[in-house]
Amino acid sequence: MNTVVTPVATPANESERAVETPFRRIVNDFFANPVAMFGFGLLCVLIFAAIFAPLISPQNPYDLAQIDVVDGKLPPGSKSPAGGTFWLGTDDQGRDMLSAIFYGLRISIAVGAISTVFALVIGLAMGLTAAYFGGRLETLIMRIVDIQLSFPTILIALILIAVLGQGTGKVITALVAVQWAYYARTVRSAALVEKRKEYIEAAKCLALSPARIVFRHLLPNCLPPLIVVATVQVAAAIALEATLSFLGLGLPITEPSLGLLIANGYQYLLSGKYWISFFPGIALLLTIVSINLVADQLRDVLNPRLQR
Amino acid sequence: MLIFVIRRSLQSVIVLFVMSLLVFVGVYAVGNPIDILISPQADQIDRERAIASLGLDKPLWAQYLSFLHGALGGDLGRSFVHSTSALKLIVERMPATMELALAAMVIAIILGIPLGLWAGLRPQSVAGRSIMAGSILGFSLPTFWVGLMLIMVFSVMLGWLPSNGRGPTIELFGLIPVSFLSLDGWKHLIMPATNLALFNLALLIRLTRAGAHEALLQDYVKFARAKGLTNRRVIGVHVLRNILIPVVTVIGLQFGALIGFAIVTETVFAWPGMGKLLIDSINFLDRPVIVAYLLVIVTIFIVINLVVDILYSALDPRVRLTETKG
Repeated sequence: MNTVVTPVATPANESERAVETPFRRIVNDFFANPVAMFGFGLLCVLIFAAIFAPLISPQNPYDLAQIDVVDGKLPPGSKSPAGGTFWLGTDDQGRDMLSAIFYGLRISIAVGAISTVFALVIGLAMGLTAAYFGGRLETLIMRIVDIQLSFPTILIALILIAVLGQGTGKVITALVAVQWAYYARTVRSAALVEKRKEYIEAAKCLALSPARIVFRHLLPNCLPPLIVVATVQVAAAIALEATLSFLGLGLPITEPSLGLLIANGYQYLLSGKYWISFFPGIALLLTIVSINLVADQLRDVLNPRLQR
Repeated sequence: MLIFVIRRSLQSVIVLFVMSLLVFVGVYAVGNPIDILISPQADQIDRERAIASLGLDKPLWAQYLSFLHGALGGDLGRSFVHSTSALKLIVERMPATMELALAAMVIAIILGIPLGLWAGLRPQSVAGRSIMAGSILGFSLPTFWVGLMLIMVFSVMLGWLPSNGRGPTIELFGLIPVSFLSLDGWKHLIMPATNLALFNLALLIRLTRAGAHEALLQDYVKFARAKGLTNRRVIGVHVLRNILIPVVTVIGLQFGALIGFAIVTETVFAWPGMGKLLIDSINFLDRPVIVAYLLVIVTIFIVINLVVDILYSALDPRVRLTETKG
């Protein structure tokens, strides 16, 4: 770095380069794209709304003392008896839709994130095991992955729900079972490439333990593609949970996610009361789009072939 | 080639067997269908008679063996709810689902490939960019919600199309009941089919665009242009043919996914297909129908995958079918 400085390169530029850590480079690259920045901002707003739902909601939609059936099915913008406004209307029970959406967002995002974390850990363990040890174990694991990935996710999730029964924990189990295969495949293919590189050979020559090689050397270098897949899969998990809940096979009524809110409005749609299904759907859509936009940009930023 | 087909068929039988075992044990381990099927007022004798008539008094392995025995003869058990053959129930519903999936695939192809080509040939144009932005939306929109919104706009607000059900059916070749031969049938079909097509439409647009983008940089395209061929011939013959290989594979593989995702669309539009039958069966714990549905679906998937592999090698002479694949 410090040998020959070409006359064209200004010293200021050089020093700027020198302090740029990989992390800072990724952050800078990420925000270079306005669309990605928009997606990230939107996602932050949604997560904020989800976390602080009890504080920012006009009412607690599941506190029976605060809702009244008399206010049921009011169109958006109606006045509430307490003096406020139902900006997004009310559902059949007289719940403020805006509050219900904040609470629903909370459950949807939580279920998506939790199932992604579990699936990530299991897939990571399976993929690394397959890649590092190889042999029959690898054949077995990858064959299961292949068979599973040849079926649509909704079908596998439905089979599992049919087998496991319903409930929050079971829905998460089904989502994890559907998703681990994506991570296993991604990690394995990344690890197979990294395994042949010289630093792994060097680590082996130093007689480091297999665990150390796998976790300290192999794993960090497999992370970039994994982060991209994980981001996409959070969105997929949220969409899948919403679909299952819509079909009446997802979360119980005590955990009203966005999918359940939409399902609840289905029966009123035909009589023109669109808002009960429409607005939760918009919230779901915004969540998925914002995550996908972030994932799209991460893919470009983390791809070493596209680096400057 | 023949060896490949034989090997794959053998593998498929093993997969089917393992699936039947897993699904059977899994499905039979949950819930008690008797609680749903028999009224709580029934006395003990009635209860026991019903349990015996459904074969639920035998141990699980005996139930599985008798199921397997029947399955080999084409009998997948009798529905608890409808008390007819489970397989017959599914076969009756199959044409509706197939029609829906085929219609969706046709919509995705006739819109997706031209739009993708357009976006690939003019990536910087406004049209190209909007097509790509639209395709991101196609991936992100939850299918069931789009279905609801279609109903809201075209049935409730505009009143143009019926919101649910399948139109009148006409027997095609005196065998298969189809609804696309009448105007009313079309009206019922178009909305669910469009809904189901959206994801694949987005996928085909992206795939075609990426293919066109790549093909335009290849030497054979430059050579074709240097020869003085018309733009139309370069795109229509040289570019399109080379794009088609991955596109055909994806179309084939996605057809299975369409049948799977039809479950959602059928529920939204009350379309009387296999998927709706599955959801109803899960709700009623109608075990034989669930098991039969899954075995039928797995068989369909295995056949589709095999056909796609063979088609792939036929389209691309560089691909040789070997034993390692599959």
